[in-house]
Amino acid sequence: MSHDNSSPSFLQHHFNDVEQQYDTAKFGMWAFILTEVLTFGGLFVAYVVYRSWYPEMFINANLLLDVNKGLLNTVVLITSSLTMALAIWAIQKKNKNLSLAMLILTFIFAFMFLGIKYLEYSHKFEVGQLPGEYYSYMGPEVAHINNPHIFFSIYFLMTGLHGLHVAIGMGLIGWLIYATAKGNLHSEYYTPMEMIGIFWHLVDLIWIYLFPLFYLIG
Amino acid sequence: MTENKKNYLTYPKGIMSWLLTLDHKRIGLMYLFGGLAFFFLGGLLAMGMRLELAAPGNDFMSNDTYNNIYTLHGAIMIFLFIIPAIPGALGNILLPLMLGAKDVAFPRLNLASFYIYTLGALFVLYTIIAGGVDTGWTFYTPYSTTSTSNVIPMTMGIFVIGFSSILTGLNFIATIHKMRIPGLTWYKLPLFVWALYGTSLVQITATPVIAITMVLLILERLLGIGIFDPALGGDPVLYQHFFWFYSHPAVYIMILPAFGIISEIIPVHSRKKIWGYKFIAFSTLSIAFIGFLVWGHHMFTSGQSVFSQIVFSFITYFVGIPTGVKIFSWILTMYKGQVSFTPPMLYALSFLFLFTIGGLTGIFLGAVALDIHLHDTYFVVAHFHYVMQGGTIVAFLGGLHHWWPKSMGTMYNHTIASICAFGVFIGFNGTFFPQFLLGLRGMPRRYATYDPQYADLHNYSSFWSVILGLSIFFAIMNLLWSLRKSNKLDPGTNPWGAMTLEWTHTTSPPHPHNFEEEPVLEHGPYDYDKVIVKPTFKK
Repeated sequence: MSHDNSSPSFLQHHFNDVEQQYDTAKFGMWAFILTEVLTFGGLFVAYVVYRSWYPEMFINANLLLDVNKGLLNTVVLITSSLTMALAIWAIQKKNKNLSLAMLILTFIFAFMFLGIKYLEYSHKFEVGQLPGEYYSYMGPEVAHINNPHIFFSIYFLMTGLHGLHVAIGMGLIGWLIYATAKGNLHSEYYTPMEMIGIFWHLVDLIWIYLFPLFYLIG
Repeated sequence: MTENKKNYLTYPKGIMSWLLTLDHKRIGLMYLFGGLAFFFLGGLLAMGMRLELAAPGNDFMSNDTYNNIYTLHGAIMIFLFIIPAIPGALGNILLPLMLGAKDVAFPRLNLASFYIYTLGALFVLYTIIAGGVDTGWTFYTPYSTTSTSNVIPMTMGIFVIGFSSILTGLNFIATIHKMRIPGLTWYKLPLFVWALYGTSLVQITATPVIAITMVLLILERLLGIGIFDPALGGDPVLYQHFFWFYSHPAVYIMILPAFGIISEIIPVHSRKKIWGYKFIAFSTLSIAFIGFLVWGHHMFTSGQSVFSQIVFSFITYFVGIPTGVKIFSWILTMYKGQVSFTPPMLYALSFLFLFTIGGLTGIFLGAVALDIHLHDTYFVVAHFHYVMQGGTIVAFLGGLHHWWPKSMGTMYNHTIASICAFGVFIGFNGTFFPQFLLGLRGMPRRYATYDPQYADLHNYSSFWSVILGLSIFFAIMNLLWSLRKSNKLDPGTNPWGAMTLEWTHTTSPPHPHNFEEEPVLEHGPYDYDKVIVKPTFKK
C-alpha cells in the first residue's frame, strides 16, 4: 500500500494524492475554527448577559481602559494579518526570502501586540482594576456604580484567552519561519503556512470584535 | 487455511509500536481497554451505592462518603467511559474500514487525542486519591465554588478530556468528508458512519462550551472572579445554562453512536435491507440539531420564566419525532426478515425495549407540570439509566459482540454470551424499574438514607443490581477469554454474513494498512435483496 516512487515526500501514507491531503487539511482546519468560535462564543454570551444586567456599569468601567493602546493594538494586529497573507502569496510565487521576511514581520507584530497588552495589564494590576475579589480601584469614574469588578472579570477572561491565542500563534509562526528557512515549505507544499494563516486571521478577527465591545462603548 | 497473514495486532511488534502507533485500529483498542477499565471502576462505585441503599440507614458509609461515590460514579461513567467509548473505541476501529480508507484523516491528531484522554484520566484518578469530590457530576454553583472537596482537579480533568473529544470529532468529520473511496456516496455509507457524523458535529460544537465553563468554574474558585457568585454581582443560574448548553447535546454524543450500532446489527442479523435508510440518516442529523435547543428542560425548577419553560418543553417534544422514526424503522427492518438470535442481536432487541422505555419517560419529564413533581427524584435517575445504560451501554455491548471477531480475530462462546445478554436485560429492569416507582413516590436522588417506606423497592433494586453487575462482568470476561490462541478464526471469516466493507474486503483481524488494495464498491451496505453474502465461520 505504499505510493509509487514518483509521489512527493510530503505526501502522507494514508492519502491517495496531494490534492486529497490538501483538501482534508483545509477542511479540518475550518472545523477547528468552528470550535474556536464556540469557545469564545461562551464568553461572548457571558458578556451579553452581564452587559444587559449592568449597562451603566459597563459604560463607566469602559472609561478605565486605554483606548489609544487598544487602537494601536488593533492596527498592529490587522497589519500582521496582512503580512501573514503576503507570506503565503510570496511562497506561492516561489519567493522564499520575501516569504521569510513577511513571516518574521508577522512574528514581530505579534510580539508587539503582547508587549502593548503587557503595558495595559501591568497598569491595571498597579491600580487594582482586577477581576472579582481582587478589585480595589475606587476612582471617580466608578464612584457611584456597583460591581465594576464584573467588567474586569470578563475583560481579563476574554482578552486573556485571546492573548493566549496570540502567544500560541507566535509559537506556530516561529515554527513556520524555521520550516521555510530549512526549505521544508515551498511553492509545491505550503499547507501548514496556509492553515496557520487561517488561524492567525481568526485571532485577528476575534480582536476586531473585542476592541469595540470593551474599549468603544462609552 | 493456516497461512500466516500480517494483521494489525501482530505487526509491527513491540510495546513502542503500540504506544506510538498512528494506526486507528490500535488507537481504538487502547481506547477500548482504557474505557473498559473505567467502566469497571464506575461499576464498582455503583455497586457501592446499591450496597448502601439496600437498607434505610447509614449502614456501610457516611453521608460524605456516599456523596463522593455518586459524584465519582457519574463523572467517571460519563466523561471517561460513555462519551469516549463508542466513538473512541468502536468508531476509531471501524470508521476508516467502513469508508475503505487507509486511516483517519489526521492519524497524529488521533494519537494525541488518546493521550489527552489519558492525561484527563490522570486528573480524575488524582481526584480519587486526594479524597474525592462531592458536588455531583453536574458541579452546580454555588456549592461547587464553596465545597472543600477536590473540585478543581476533577473539573480540570473534564476540561482536558473535552479537547480529546473535540479532536476525535474533528478528525472523524474530516475523515467522512474526504477519505471515502470513489463511488461511496453519502447514501451508500453504513448508518454507523452517519451516526458518527452526527456525534462528531455535536462534539465539535458543544464541547468547547463545557471547556470554557470548566475554566470559569476553576477561576471562580481560584480567583473569585464573581461570574457565578451572587455576592459579587454574578449569577449561579448562568452556570446551569452554560453547563446544560453542553451537557444536553452531550446526551446525544452518548446515544447517537448507539443508534448507529443498532442500525448495523439489526439488518445484518435479520438478513434484510434496512427500512427507511434516509429517514434514519436524517433523523440522526435532526436529533443532533434539536439537541442544541432544549437545554432549558433541565432547569424547569431553577426559576426560569414560564415563557421559557413552555418553549423549552415544546421543543423537547420534537426530539421524540426523529427518535420514534428510528425505532419504527428498526422494527420494520426485522419484519419478515430472517431474524437470528445471536448475542449481538439479543443486545439490539434489549436496546429496543429499554431505550423505548427510557425515551417515553423522557417525554414525561419534558412536561413542565410533571417535571416539577419528578425533578431530582429517582424517576430522573431511572429515566437517565434507561437511556444511558439500557440504551448506550447495551448497544455498546452489542457492538462489541458484533465486531469482536472482526477486530480481534476470535469468536467468543455464544451460549455464555447469550446468557449474559439475558442477565443484563433482566438485571437492568430489576434494578431500575423500581426506581421509577420510588421517584413517583417522592424518593429524592443523592441521599444515602431514606424513610422506611421506600425500603422494599430499594432492597429489590439492590438485589437485581448484583445480577446486572455480574452479567456485564461475565459478558466482558467471556470476550476476553476468547482471546486465547486456540480460538483463532480463519482470516477470511464473516460470521454474520455482513455486507459492509470492513467485513467483505479485509481480513479478520484487518491488515495493518486496512486493505491490501483499495476496495472497489460492489454493492450498498444493506443490499440483502440483491446480493447473497453467506455467513462463513471457520477456525
